[in-house]
Order: sequence, then C-alpha cells, then structure tokens
Amino acid sequence: MTATRTLRAVPTLFRVGFAGAVAYRGEFLIWILSTNMPLVMLALFREVAREAPVAGFGEKDFAAYFLATLIVRLMTGSWVVWEMNTEIRSGDIAMRLLRPIHPFVHYAADNLSAIPMRAILALPIALGALAWVGASHVAHDAAHWAIALVALFGAWALTFAAMLVIGSLGLFWESSLSLYDLWLGLFFIFSGYLMPLALFPSWLRGATWWMPFRYTLAFPVETMLGLESVTQSLRSLAAQWAWVTSFFALALVLWRRGVARYAVFGG
Amino acid sequence: MISVRHLAKHYLVHRRPPGLVAAMRSVVSRTYEKVVAVDDLSFEIAAGERVGFLGPNGAGKTTTLKMLSGLLHPTSGEATVAGFTPRHRAPDFLRSIMLVTGQKQQLLWDLPPAETFELNRAIYDVPRAQYDATRAELVELLGIGALITQPTRTLSLGERMKCELAAALLHRPGVLFLDEPTIGLDVTMQSAVRGFIRSYNERFGATVILTSHYMDDVAALCKRVIVIDRGRLTYDGSLDALVRELRPDKRLTLRFTRPADRQDVEALGGRVVTCDDDGAVLQIDPHSVRAVIERALGSLPIEDLKIEDAPLEEVIADLFARSAAKGAP
Repeated sequence: MTATRTLRAVPTLFRVGFAGAVAYRGEFLIWILSTNMPLVMLALFREVAREAPVAGFGEKDFAAYFLATLIVRLMTGSWVVWEMNTEIRSGDIAMRLLRPIHPFVHYAADNLSAIPMRAILALPIALGALAWVGASHVAHDAAHWAIALVALFGAWALTFAAMLVIGSLGLFWESSLSLYDLWLGLFFIFSGYLMPLALFPSWLRGATWWMPFRYTLAFPVETMLGLESVTQSLRSLAAQWAWVTSFFALALVLWRRGVARYAVFGG
Repeated sequence: MISVRHLAKHYLVHRRPPGLVAAMRSVVSRTYEKVVAVDDLSFEIAAGERVGFLGPNGAGKTTTLKMLSGLLHPTSGEATVAGFTPRHRAPDFLRSIMLVTGQKQQLLWDLPPAETFELNRAIYDVPRAQYDATRAELVELLGIGALITQPTRTLSLGERMKCELAAALLHRPGVLFLDEPTIGLDVTMQSAVRGFIRSYNERFGATVILTSHYMDDVAALCKRVIVIDRGRLTYDGSLDALVRELRPDKRLTLRFTRPADRQDVEALGGRVVTCDDDGAVLQIDPHSVRAVIERALGSLPIEDLKIEDAPLEEVIADLFARSAAKGAP
C-alpha cells in the first residue's frame, strides 16, 4: 500500500524537482561547467600520446575516453551528500522526516529530475565528440549500448547510494563531509577519472575490479567505447549492481539507526 | 487522542570551556554531560481539544512536541498519538499529524507555494477532489490567493507563515502541533493566524497543541494549559483556574477627566500599580471590587474604568518564578 502510494507520488516529485532545477538554472549551469577535469586530462594525455600510443591509447582514443568520461560524469553526478549534511546540521531534515515518504525517494527524485537539464549540455558534447573522434572509437553493437545504458544508470545509483551512506553517517557524527572528501580522493584515482585504468600496472588494475569506484565511471565509459567484450561487460554489470544493492542496504540500515539517535537540532 | 506516560528524553552534551587549549584538549578527550530535557512527563489530551503548552525557554516544550511527532525517540516512557506510537513513524501516523514551527519551513524556497502544495498532495496521496476543495478553503480562510503563485523567497515572513500553514494542512491532519507559529509576526498577522487555527480546529475537529511565548495566542485559543519547567509538569488544568489560583486579585484601570492626587488613589484600597495624570491602575482583592469602585466614583474624577484579571504574561511569569524558586538549590 505504501509502495503504491509512493509510486503514485513519483511523477509529481519529478515534476517539482525539475521545476526546482530550472529555478536554479544559473547555479546549476555553473555547477555542471565545474565538471571540467576530463577536458584538462584530455589535453594532457593527447600531448603525451602525440609521439606514440600509451598502453594502446592514441590521441583519438584519449579524446574518446575523456569525452565519454565527461558525459558519464555529467549524467551521473549527485549532490545529495551536501544536501543531507546541511539539513542534518541545521535540523531542516525534520521536514523530510515528517512526510509519509522515505526521504531517500525524495532525494532520488530531486537528483534524477535534474538529468534532462544535464542532458541539454551532455548531448551536444556527445555528438561533437562522435564527429571529432569518428565512429570507429565507440562501440558498434546494440548489446554494448544496451549494457552501457544500464551501466550509466547503475553508475548514478552507485554514486547516489554511496553519498546516502556517507550522508547518513552525518546523523551520528553531525557532519560526514570529510569522509566524503576521502571517498572523492579515492574516486579520482581508482574510478578512471584522471586516467584510463588500462594505464595502471596490472596488479593495481586488478585491484580496481574489487573496489566500487570503477563502477561509477570507468565501467560505463569502457562499455560505451567497446573496450570490453560483451561477456566481460555483463560481468562488470553484475558487480556494479551488487555494489549498488550493498550500498543502498547499508544506507537504509545507517539511516534507520541514525534517525533513532538523531537530536533534530534547532527550534 | 494523545496519551503521554512517564515520557523522558536525555541528551549527552559535549561541554568544554572557551579557548585554544580547551579546543586542543577536546580533540583527544571530551567531557559529556547528561542533560535532562524532559523528565517523567504524563498527560492526556482528548480529540478536538486546543491545549496551550507553556514553559520558559529550555523547559522541554519543543523536545516534547518532537517526540510526539516522531522526530525524536524518547529515552524512556511511552506516548501514543491517534493510536500510533510516534517513534515508529508509520506512514499512516505521519498522514494524521503535522508539526508546524515558526522557525522551520517546508515551502520550496525558489518555487511558488503552489508547487509545495502540489508536492504535498502527491506525498500525502490526497484525492484530487478533496485537495481542490481543501486548497480553495484554506486559500480563502488565509487570504493567500494572490501569494501562492509567486516564489516563496519574495514573500514576507507573515505571508510565508500563512502559506506554510496551508501547505501543512492540505492533507487535513487530525492532530496539529504548533511550535511558536506566530513568532516574528506583526499583531495583525498574529491575529489572523490565531483566527485561522481556531477555524481549522472547529471545522475539522482537529486536536491542537500550541506552544507560544505570546500569551495572546494562548488566551485566544486555549482553555487548557499544560505548563512544564525543566522537563517536569508543573501545571495541567484550565487557564482560568491557573489565573485564579496564582493571581486572584483583579486589575482595576481608571481613567481621569483631570489629574487626581495619588493619596486619593491609594485611599481606595489595594495596591497601586501605576498612577499618573491620565489615570491609575490598581490591584485589588476580588471580594472588594464593588466597594473600591463605589469609593472611586465618589472621590475621584472618573471618566472611564475597566476591571479585568491580571495580565496572563504576569501570571505565567509568576508561575515560572515560583517553579524556579522551588527548584533552586
């Protein structure tokens, strides 16, 4: 009954969330434009690969990789950890706790409803990238693209769930943003954000398969570019969703326990 | 409708003196102290009652309301609201209550209140026909027709509070917790909000618990008051009985046609609270009202007079002072 009611509410949550994203359009655009690290890395690695390919990556391979990275990052970013920390510290989260819908659903709708705005920026980049690097540098078959679409959503879900875990810890520690900084540091190294994981020594590359970070970025990027076989991509997809499920489960447990001890600051 | 039995809430609070050394020391070793916010509190409230919940700052009023609305888990004791245990936060419980506070808002800051209304309709799963009817009624009662389509950030504090009330009541909660709903509002707006709360209570039979530092709110809305101090119950009963018990004296206000001698005013009997060229205020024994008025009419240049109970602010201040004296070491 509760699930049905929640499902009925979802379209309105999305509609109002989109209205909010449009209302913050200036700030939103600046936030999106701040995701520029892949372009910096693109310029850097193109220069490195000018003489000869690096670990099999030529100039256009790097261009394809970092433009795909930019698109995935634009489409899967989330801000919920900052929102949760602010609301927990101020006590404003009380307003969410009073509503008969799980705050995670509301946060998810808010975050997902901004995707059309992000797509407005990401889509021209994708088309421009395709024209520049040529169709030979992206996956050609429907299977890869079908997996890539699910992987893209999985990357968002994993990023979002990890933020929920860290945000929920704020109910215990009052602020958990420093932990998020730690997560972000590891993400930069092990997700493939700063360089393709193929450039890592093989032992370190193997280790990234057992970490969540790869599945938030490198996996959908590599699938879009057809760098993995379909079989390997399916294995990665299973691993990604295992991480998603685990993080959501952990977030729910932490949230429930955290709310029970939270002091709801402020009048 | 609301039953509270031996409810208690304790917090552990980190304390440290000011200064750099204390700040450095707190990195490795912290001192925590137990603060008793609510202590063995018990009361019952029937369906449809409007009850004033009073106490000095830090008495535990807001903590109690947060426990009753499911935001805080009690340290011990039990509470039931509309048949639910608040700390379980069952969706049906959350649909049957609302906590409105003057210091927190649910309106979406950059969107018009109408968007928050629509959001709440979806979240509370209010049938469209009922939503349209309730919204029309609330918009009319609160006079906010012109406000709900402009961004919340452009509204004044009073306008926001009216829209906040409408957003909170669209799902017609049967239990309403109001925590300082008129804080910061001007006199006209306070009166409008009070009138609205009374109308909502009468129209929907809602149970209302109100905390406010404005005694006019309490006097206008609540026949019954529950007073707590340092988390403990100090009074539970009718407001009239509280006034009669604490300040049985009557307040006689006289207005003069011309200046009168203070000695003549003092000769009337009772205690002179104020006296100037325009008039005087006396505190008199309730049994001698008739005699004092007759003396006043005979000896002073009276233009007008008024007899009333002691101001509620003074009565409550008396109660808090007595309570503090009892609790003093």
